[in-house]
Amino acid sequence: MAKMTKIRFSNKTPHVDMTPMVDLFSVVLIFLMLTTNFRISEPSPVDTPFSVSEKNIADFDKMTIVIANNGAVFFNMDNGPDTLLKYRPKTLQEMGDRYGIEFTDEELRKFEKFPSSIGVPIEHLKDFFAADDPGDKAAFQTGIPMDSLNNQLGMWILYARQVNPNIKAIIKGGADVPYPRVKEVLDLLQAYNVNQFSLVTALEAAEAVLED
Amino acid sequence: MAQIIQAPQGGKKGRPKRSSPVIDMTPMVDLMCLLIVFFMLTTAFTKEKVMDMTLPEELKDPNQEAPKISASRTLNVLLGPDSRVFYYPGAVNDFNSLPPLTETDFSEEGIRRVLLERNRALFRKIEAFENDILTGAIVLPRDSIESAISQLKKDDDTGPIVLIKAYKESTYGNFVDILDEMNICGIARYTIMNIAWYEEAMIERALGVSTTAATASAN
Repeated sequence: MAKMTKIRFSNKTPHVDMTPMVDLFSVVLIFLMLTTNFRISEPSPVDTPFSVSEKNIADFDKMTIVIANNGAVFFNMDNGPDTLLKYRPKTLQEMGDRYGIEFTDEELRKFEKFPSSIGVPIEHLKDFFAADDPGDKAAFQTGIPMDSLNNQLGMWILYARQVNPNIKAIIKGGADVPYPRVKEVLDLLQAYNVNQFSLVTALEAAEAVLED
Repeated sequence: MAQIIQAPQGGKKGRPKRSSPVIDMTPMVDLMCLLIVFFMLTTAFTKEKVMDMTLPEELKDPNQEAPKISASRTLNVLLGPDSRVFYYPGAVNDFNSLPPLTETDFSEEGIRRVLLERNRALFRKIEAFENDILTGAIVLPRDSIESAISQLKKDDDTGPIVLIKAYKESTYGNFVDILDEMNICGIARYTIMNIAWYEEAMIERALGVSTTAATASAN
């Protein structure tokens, strides 16, 4: 019988060179950082309807009125083309003056940095900023009152337009929201002389073929 | 995955080994994996799309009259519940004999066919224009194409004037859908109006709801 060769295992652990993997990951990471933009999360779910419009939403000078699936109305605006313009805290200050609430610098700063839409009635806004727990914060997001007795949404629209005259209205509504609710918002915007606005939609393809 | 670095065995005394130092890249790979996952979850490739819309200014002066439009070109589109769409041409003159509603849907063969048939001339013009752009027969900068199409729409005087009226049980999704159809079919003139009581009655009759409510509101 032939002598079996003894297989010798190296007692060194094999060394895998990770450098190419790091290179690859760097490329992917930089690509993702450059091509994507952050998803804005809304305080309440909104399923936007579909349309064929390919127009991109503006980066700044916009105020968004969100009508969530449950009918609650939220308001959001941006700081303008330059954060030094501080349109958000200025608008909040005007709102505070209107409703007799004095906001501290700390609260104004918190509002300036707040990433998503606000659906808190103005009288609870101080408690909202004071709350630390995200769950507690979410409990305040009940929607902005917009009836004729307590028309806070109208005031937000009015002061946002006063602070930033270039601001454009954008409506982001859920597809299943009953039309009368949307009509209330449209009427309110028209009451404050806003006749041009954009509706946020998701892109879908459509074809129109006319036969002879 | 971590690499175990073993102490060198043996070796010459005093003289350090002359080998290029090996940097362990594994923690860096871990970190980058985490960053990539984070970016993939929190960001989106596409920006949100918007559809522009203009409403006619509200008539603030009570003596001012709404603009008159010819009834022969008018097409009334009524949005009903459960994504149902109704339409009737012209205007209602006699409230005692309301015109019948035709029911259709949001499919390609539904309201789009109705609108395209009525908007034939203008749609052909826009189609021919876009074809010329594609084939290079007309060379225009990108931003003038839109204004040229809106000029075509402005000059059109045969297409329908669509009045969109939403019944109280319709949804925002239907409203966007019908505005979208206006864009797809290249309708030059359309507007959103409040639904009139007789149109609500017409929808209720078409839905088969008891007409007592309709007649009560008529009186």
